[in-house]
This record gives sequence, C-alpha cells and structure tokens, in this order.
Amino acid sequence: MRRERRSVVANEPVGPYTLLRVERGALDPGVPGQFFMLEAPGRVLPRAMSLCLAPARELAFLIDPIGPGTRSLCALEPGEVLAIFGPLGNGFRVDVERPLLVGGGIGVAPLPYLSEALGRPAAVLGFRSDWHAEAAELVPNARVCVEPTLVTELIPDGVDVLACGPEPMLEAVRRLASDAQLAWEAPMACGYGACYGCAVEIGGELKRLCVEGPVLNAA
Amino acid sequence: MLLNASGCLDALTTPEVARSLDAFVTKTVTPLPRDGNAPVRIAETDVGMLNSIGLANPGIDLFLSRSLPRLAKLEVPIWVSVGGFAADEYAEICSRLDDQAEVAAIELNVSCPNVDSAAQSAAQIVATARLATRKQLWAKLSPAVPEIAEVGRAAQEAGADGLSLVNTIRGLKLDDRTLEPALGPGAGGLSGPALKPIALAAVHACYRATALPIVGMGGVQTGRDVLDFVAAGAQHVALGTVLFADPDAPSRIRDELAVELEARGLRQLADAHAVAHGAPSPVLTT
Repeated sequence: MRRERRSVVANEPVGPYTLLRVERGALDPGVPGQFFMLEAPGRVLPRAMSLCLAPARELAFLIDPIGPGTRSLCALEPGEVLAIFGPLGNGFRVDVERPLLVGGGIGVAPLPYLSEALGRPAAVLGFRSDWHAEAAELVPNARVCVEPTLVTELIPDGVDVLACGPEPMLEAVRRLASDAQLAWEAPMACGYGACYGCAVEIGGELKRLCVEGPVLNAA
Repeated sequence: MLLNASGCLDALTTPEVARSLDAFVTKTVTPLPRDGNAPVRIAETDVGMLNSIGLANPGIDLFLSRSLPRLAKLEVPIWVSVGGFAADEYAEICSRLDDQAEVAAIELNVSCPNVDSAAQSAAQIVATARLATRKQLWAKLSPAVPEIAEVGRAAQEAGADGLSLVNTIRGLKLDDRTLEPALGPGAGGLSGPALKPIALAAVHACYRATALPIVGMGGVQTGRDVLDFVAAGAQHVALGTVLFADPDAPSRIRDELAVELEARGLRQLADAHAVAHGAPSPVLTT
C-alpha cells in the first residue's frame, strides 16, 4: 500500500458543493463507485471520497463541505499538496443491460464517472433545492427533480438501477428494485479494513463496508 | 520494536502493513464470538478520534481454527490480545493459546472502555491468567485510574512479564446538528494525539515503579513521538490511530526516527532509553 502526495489542480464550486481536482500521476482511478482516502488538512483522519470524474491526468472528487474535514478539503488552493490513498473497496458492476443511474444530493458524486463507463445512460437525480441541483450538470442525460418530488417517483420498471444517495433514498430504491446496485456510506477511519468503524448490517451480520462495499446488491 | 496497537490493523486484510511491523498484535479475542457495538462506531475529535467497536471478534474457537493458521503464514511474530468478562475467561483463552507455537506473546486487555469490565482487578486477572500459560503476558492498562504505577506494580507482582501502556480513555462527542452523542453507544475510547501526554506520563510512572518492560502507545504519529516514549521508559512502541490515516506509517516513522537520532548524536534507539529519568541508559535487550 502506498499513499501518494498529489497537487491540487483546482477547487471549483458546483452549487453548494466543490469539485476538488488533483493531479493523477500514476494513481489508478479504479472502477466507478470505488473510493479514495483524502488527507484533510489539520485533521486526524482522512476522508473517504468516491471518484467523481477521471479527466486526463486528473482525479476529481465532489465534496459537500458539511464538517471540519470536508471544509478543509474544499479550502485547498491550487498547488497545495495532499496525501491520497486508493482506489479502495468494491465499485459498481458495469455489465448491465438497461442501466439507470439514480442519485440523491451529494450521492451524485460517483455518477459522472459511472456514466462515462456505461456510455452515458439515462439518469434520474433528486436534490433538496435548485441550488443543490446545479450538481446535475456533471451527469449527462439526467432528469432532475427537487423536493418535495422524490427521485424514486422517476424510476420506471424494467431498468437496472445503479444508485447512490442518502440512506432513506437507498432504502426506497431497494424496495422498488430488488436487483439494484446501491452505494452506501458509513463513517470510516481507515478505508482499508483496519478500524472496523464502518460496520453495517450485511446479510444479517455486521460487516465492514470498506471491505464488502461500498457498493452492495440490494437483495 | 515497532508494533501495532490491538484493534488498529487487520493483518489478514492488509498483510503488507503487518509485515512492515516487528510484531503484529491481534484484535482482542474473547471466549465467544462478538458482533461488536451498533453503529455509529467512530467519530473524529479535534485532536483525536473516538471508537466504540465493542470487541468485535470471531471468538477463540474460530480464531484458533481459521485466523491463527493464516496469521502464522505472515511470518511476523504474533501477539494475541485476550479479553473477557471475568478472570477465568481470560485464563481459559490463555490456556488454549499456551501450546500454540505461533503465538509469541499474550496481551491481556484488561481495560477496554467499550464493554462492561470484569469484576476482578487487573492484578487478579493477571494472576489467574498466569496460572494458565507459560507465554509472555503483557497487561494492557487503562490510564483512567488515580495512580497507574500502583496498578503496574500489582500486575508485576501478579506475574506479568510486561506492561502495555495505555489503552484508550473514555470520551464523548456530540453531533454538530442534533447535540446527541455522535457514537451509537454514547461514549467511546479516545485515541490519537490527544492521548499522547497521558500515555507518556503513564509510561514514565510505570518505568519508575516497576522493573517490567513496557510497550508505549497513545498518539504516536511521528519518529519524534517514538523517541519520546522510549526516553520515558518504553522498550517497544505501538502505532494505533496513525495507521488509520497512513498505512505507510511504520516505514515513515522509522525514517523519521533515524533523523531524530542522528540529530541528537545517538547511535541507536537504545541510547535514548529512559533518558527522561536521568539514569544511565540501560541497553535494550530486544
């Protein structure tokens, strides 16, 4: 295992979120849905972020500045250096016939990279406000809804759902589409199976989301 | 010797990290399997982190049949951390580990802040476990006592071969939005840089009070931190929270330590041992 130190290329606002672009170097972008641990300046623990985009020579992460760690990541200036470690975990399977990407809020983060891998399939995205919905510009071919409309109202029958979003959204998607692939989130100290902090119930047992997921089958 | 703190590394998931240490300390093994505590299990604080994992482990039967044979193949000395809810539970596990050649040492976790503790004192647990095994017994103590040197001395009299200092100390964090405890179970064990001065004081006090070798741990992040623990009287140093942030920490810290020693004109780490006590430096034996 090797943490790499990488320079920030840019930190760009996307609605209330920030797109953190860093130099890729020799880092493998991994498969969509995998994540990286990003050093959060001034904090004890790194932050787990799924890859949002993999433009040439860059890796880009969509970050919601909701706490001290994510705020410090969003405040990084071009040229500043941070340690990156990844890709980690298990991403989405892309061998699906009728993909539909489903995202909610900051859960749209892994969908732009996933969309590229799947040839820009249809997407449905839900946000809490028009301002948050500006993040939809990152996802091609997306239908967008804003609360009180819920994204689950936009999911037709007969599609292969690949979803990321808040837990209530994923639970609702699970009820609609038992064969969906769902990307979950849990507080994570290490991201590589050392801390047992990200345990979630999988198949009736508490298991490490970073090792078993973060993308899990709905059923 | 550089080790990991128990519960801060899974050698079977990342064997390369375990191999970068001089010995691997397992997650605490209990008599029966434990799922651990309900999420949320970890939270960052300003200068540390809280955890409430709750001794999740497969239990001694599965540990012996499945984990230990695989750990042995790593060819890193294995220290097994042992837990229980009564002194005889510790003893039961120690007796089952006694004839396992792969086990280099046993660390008695008598101080987990996230589960109900045994009714017996640390010294009673050490004494009971001592009767059950010939293996090296290291007692891992909590700093949350009025006088840790007395606990260390009692552990020595009960037959401990060494002290592991220190375990996490109970702490609480409230969620920014709800002002409710950030961790599912409420409070958790505080680790990371916030713990270092407390751990250093414990090592310093127990070095003076006992003749036992000490594994120092608590907030070690850099080579300088290792030097501090050795100067305070530790013979070995363990890495905990830093491994979560940086799986390459062992090699980085060794490099930093070499620079620290050179800057001070010290030929080897042993030359720094216990210098905080002003005594002539004893030579490290391992």
